[in-house]
Amino acid sequence: MTQKQVARVTIDVDDEGYMTNHAQWNRDVAAALAKEQGIELADAHWKVLDFIDKDFKERSVVPGMRRMNKIGGIPTKDLYSLFPDGPIKKAAKIAGYPKPVSCV
Amino acid sequence: MTDNRIDKVSIIVSRGSLEGVYPGLIMANGARMEGIDANLFFTFFGLHAVVKKKMDHIKISTVGNPALCVPTPMGMGVPTWMGAIPGMSWIATAMMKKEMEKIDIPPVGEFIEMIHDAGACIYACKATVDMFKLTKDDFCPQVDKVLTVGEFYQKSAGAQIIFT
Repeated sequence: MTQKQVARVTIDVDDEGYMTNHAQWNRDVAAALAKEQGIELADAHWKVLDFIDKDFKERSVVPGMRRMNKIGGIPTKDLYSLFPDGPIKKAAKIAGYPKPVSCV
Repeated sequence: MTDNRIDKVSIIVSRGSLEGVYPGLIMANGARMEGIDANLFFTFFGLHAVVKKKMDHIKISTVGNPALCVPTPMGMGVPTWMGAIPGMSWIATAMMKKEMEKIDIPPVGEFIEMIHDAGACIYACKATVDMFKLTKDDFCPQVDKVLTVGEFYQKSAGAQIIFT
């Protein structure tokens, strides 16, 4: 377990930089984590992050692509343009949740 | 990340059964989810996965499949001769699809669309297209191009080629 300082908050992260304690997360932390990935968060990004947050709280799993499409109402193309090169992994990291474990 | 990561994959789908088609689709989608470029090349009976009237009727092969079990995939083995009974393939497919739905693996048509929207290129094999007498209208709109094997190798420059 490593700790790092983002947006004036100390957060616990795993080897790959995913937060391990969601209680340390807030919107400024998300913005800082996004910036590390070269992403400037806009409303469209927040729609994705808010859905992950809501869904994780219900099911304790980061939603997969199909769930994002069907339940979250976010098309695949949008996800790839908002979070290029690995949308769900990137979004999960910014949302302060663990690395997604689903294959689809 | 690591220096020797995979940047690009070219996945060939050559079989037209459910268990022949899905591994290639899952690998292509999984590649894009990791930020890896992906080409999908459908050849021979694998082409059924991108033919409009066939793509959502792809079935498990129950004949010559000694791993087939009931009532669950780890249940009791089905004697191979029983696989030939009419309706077996239909039943096995329906059961498998139900399980796939539970873990959010989409039907073939929807999966092809998802993979294409994810930025993967989808190609059909020229030799098979000629042999099966297919035209552009037979294919789902996600098929980018019909390719010769030579063109396929050109598009696969720098990629890992995976044959399924």
